Amino acid sequence: MSAVEVSGVTKTFATRSGLVTALDDISLTIEKGEFVSLIGPSGCGKSTLLRLVADLDTPTSGSIEVFGKTARQARLDQSYGIVFQSAGLLPWRSVTANIELPLALHGVAKPARRARVTELIELVGLTEFANSYPEQLSGGMQQRVAIARALAERPELILMDEPFGALDEMTRERMQQELVRICAETGAAVIFVTHSIPEAVFLSDRVVVMSPRPGRIRDVVSITLGDARGEALREEATFFAGVTAVREALHGAPVSTGSTSKGAARGVDSR
Amino acid sequence: MSRLRAVLLGAVGIVLLGVLWEAYKAFGPATGFELAGVQLLPRTSDLAMPHLLDMLNRALAPANTGQDSQPVWLAVVLACLSSLGTAAVGLAVGTIVGVGFALLMLRFRLAEAAVLPWLILSQTVPLIALAPLIVSWGGRIQIGDFSWERWMSVAVIASYLAFFPVAVGALRGFQSPQVAHEELMHSYAAGWWKTLAYLRLPASVPYLISALRLGAASAIIGTVVAEVSTGAKGGIGRLIIEYAQSGSSDPAKAFSPIAGAVLMGLFAAGIVAIVALTLGRFRRNEVAA
Repeated sequence: MSAVEVSGVTKTFATRSGLVTALDDISLTIEKGEFVSLIGPSGCGKSTLLRLVADLDTPTSGSIEVFGKTARQARLDQSYGIVFQSAGLLPWRSVTANIELPLALHGVAKPARRARVTELIELVGLTEFANSYPEQLSGGMQQRVAIARALAERPELILMDEPFGALDEMTRERMQQELVRICAETGAAVIFVTHSIPEAVFLSDRVVVMSPRPGRIRDVVSITLGDARGEALREEATFFAGVTAVREALHGAPVSTGSTSKGAARGVDSR
Repeated sequence: MSRLRAVLLGAVGIVLLGVLWEAYKAFGPATGFELAGVQLLPRTSDLAMPHLLDMLNRALAPANTGQDSQPVWLAVVLACLSSLGTAAVGLAVGTIVGVGFALLMLRFRLAEAAVLPWLILSQTVPLIALAPLIVSWGGRIQIGDFSWERWMSVAVIASYLAFFPVAVGALRGFQSPQVAHEELMHSYAAGWWKTLAYLRLPASVPYLISALRLGAASAIIGTVVAEVSTGAKGGIGRLIIEYAQSGSSDPAKAFSPIAGAVLMGLFAAGIVAIVALTLGRFRRNEVAA
């Protein structure tokens, strides 16, 4: 059984100017423990696809199975953890209480809750800040808390919607490094929405390249960089080869070096 | 520093008001100023505008000529306490009713469209018109040993004024969480009540505090007005009327219960501020009233 099975999913939105097809006949399978990035220009439906898997929205047609269940049942069973672009921490709850939130909501007893939270705070390296409030933390630290919160119930699937999109480049690279480590420790499958090609290549086993209007899967690029991904990887030829492969898939044709990159006009930024 | 500044400015404001009063009394036209038979400026006689010092002395003197009469200030304080009790009951009832309406409107969008205009309309009914109705309805309530008392009518009228800001403020507060937070709760499969308890209620605290501040002031105004219009005994409203009636012979006396009513309002605002202090962690994103 795979982690996520998307078959023939179409999603249309009714807007004032008529029907907009956000996703058109998408099929995608994500295996257990696999890290898959969704990348593409704005409007390609990558966030919409993630929201459908999370059952925050329902497909117009087609089906989505998460661990063999419907997306709705998977949500009710808490089969996934989710991280949004904004950390979305509750400002009146301390770091501990924020991470504890899903456990408290689902009636986990206090001692078990505390033990799990202590583990998680350690995992994301925020032990000193256990009793701080979100407003006292930097953006990167807030996002770590959000990741810890998503991991609280040991989900086998983590959905991440541009989680590092609002962070500066240095923080972003450090967070990517952390995420590689956390994923190795938890063994969860990840669907990761991003705008950044290097980010997608650095993190993923497979990069799903999408194109807009209507949202379709243009290509799926396998990244074979192995499991040991350290800072040094960013300097290696295999990494650059991956970046080139994804870029070419995005632009639909080989990009000759120094070209006036027609593709860039399609709004692909590599923040 | 800024707190000290605020206190100083407040004190300066009060002193300035006193200075203005005395200055007008000293230099204003003795018979006031009339234009085409309309009194535009008040007379400055001791009857119309007693000296501040006279008011203070009168407050310290016995209320009546009787042997064991209380001093005026004590009578005023006792009346204020009685009115405060009534207003507190009114505010409590108003808060429960107001939050109830807010929950109803939050739960059913249709209710918001159907109920809100009536709530707004309810506040345009003059209290004076309402008071006799409530007194006469209350007078028919008799269950066993329980009988409706006059102060209860006053509390009901106070709650009628107090529930409105609470209902509106609570609704705004309950609707204040960001979409991201609501989706997060949805992803946790948290139901309506759990979302209320874990997200909407804590998020609404800053709004509720503003609402309570307004509600407390409304409850006090409602109490005083209702005491006057229902003739309820023992409260500050009654005392204001009683002392004003002795105005021609004892003009300074009437100002004590007015000052009492003002202090009562400040006291109520102070209580709400103290409650707000204990809820500091919920008020990280404070909103203005």
